[in-house]
Amino acid sequence: MIEIPRAAAMLTGSVALTAVLLAGCAAAPSRVDPLEPMNRALYEVHDVVDTNLVKPIAQAYVDVVPRPIRVAVSNVFNNIDDLFSAINSALQGKPDKFGNDMGRVILNTGLGVGGIFDLASEMGIERGNEDFGQTFGVWGFGQGPYLFVPLFGPTTVRDGTGLVVRIALGPVGTIPDVALRNSLYGLGAVDLRAQVIGAGELVDTAALDRYLFIRNAYLQRRRYLLYDGNPPRENEEE
Amino acid sequence: MFAIPSAWRPAALLFLAVAALLQHAVPAHAQEAPDVMVKRVAQDVLATIKTDPLIQAGNEARIREVLEAKLLPNFDFTRMTALAMGKNWRVATPEQQKRLTDEFRGLLVRTYSGALNQYRNETIDYKPLRMNPGDTDVIVRTAVQRAGGAPVQIDYGMEKKADAWKCYDVVVGGVSLVTNYRDEFNEQIKNGGVDGLIKTLADRNRGVAAK
Repeated sequence: MIEIPRAAAMLTGSVALTAVLLAGCAAAPSRVDPLEPMNRALYEVHDVVDTNLVKPIAQAYVDVVPRPIRVAVSNVFNNIDDLFSAINSALQGKPDKFGNDMGRVILNTGLGVGGIFDLASEMGIERGNEDFGQTFGVWGFGQGPYLFVPLFGPTTVRDGTGLVVRIALGPVGTIPDVALRNSLYGLGAVDLRAQVIGAGELVDTAALDRYLFIRNAYLQRRRYLLYDGNPPRENEEE
Repeated sequence: MFAIPSAWRPAALLFLAVAALLQHAVPAHAQEAPDVMVKRVAQDVLATIKTDPLIQAGNEARIREVLEAKLLPNFDFTRMTALAMGKNWRVATPEQQKRLTDEFRGLLVRTYSGALNQYRNETIDYKPLRMNPGDTDVIVRTAVQRAGGAPVQIDYGMEKKADAWKCYDVVVGGVSLVTNYRDEFNEQIKNGGVDGLIKTLADRNRGVAAK
């Protein structure tokens, strides 16, 4: 549910929504979730669609497709994301991370046969996990209101804007054949949903209010990534 | 050969946070450093989970038994509950604080035992501890290495108590399993007071579904 730029790619609706909200929410909000009533309604929609359609498809994918093939699919998409991580490392002025990310992409694209095999991880070269949302944060933009987008999941105005940029740059979006393009978007989305198939049960067990649990986990995760794994400690009583 | 995709998967990782804190059968040495303790515990626990036939068979009762006996003494549940409550902690009476702690403990244990059920073959890397002499509050950093996949960071907030170091926070991939509850607790207290929160936690522990 976190870090899933590809899932948003199939949702032109979410892109349009983000654009509308960007236009309407220029002022910095005092709270992280000023749109909570709308977001909760969208979460309810998401939950119904996910339970009855998306999750069953992802489960069928896990049940039918052999694990090595699923891993290969994930690796190919991850390799593309690694390239964008490299770009964002550069945009954030982090030459070490840029080198690390580019090393991964070159290794996995070449010896890893177009990214099918994640040899870089085997060798202990960790994924960079940089994206445009974080780059905007490093550049000083606030995260803006939290948003819950059906099918895609949790995001913020800043992260959602990053996704719009990410999707616009492709590469899947640049494929002229509409059927192939949509198939790849669909595969990417199913791949991502399949990876977090067990997370829903955890949330059901752990959460008092699933909406709030997911929101706070998302925002904590994004803050952690923004600070490259070393966020400053927050006041314990805030 | 095949790498596991590195997307964030909380369910698959939670149990590792638990596993790393399960206690060794030998009582902890009073002077043991927090990172040494986490490592010793983790090594023992990984071995235990892999070899216990009942746990491998998914026996929930056995998992709970192991948690009660080995894991829970390493946590400071009162501090965890206070952290999750934030400023509301001081509003609660001592009696309410005790009941909150008991119920929150129950919720965390249920979550952990469900997650522990999913344990497979992971190993843990231990990062060097950054600690000054005299520190009583440190973060022990680890990375869980999934077979062939990218590591996931799991950090433990540890506080030095009279007898041993105790864990008061588990942070999986940047998400604190304790402070993540703060807004949920706030909401419950706003709607039904501290007693409302206690009731909600108790209901959840008796199996009433979340909204």
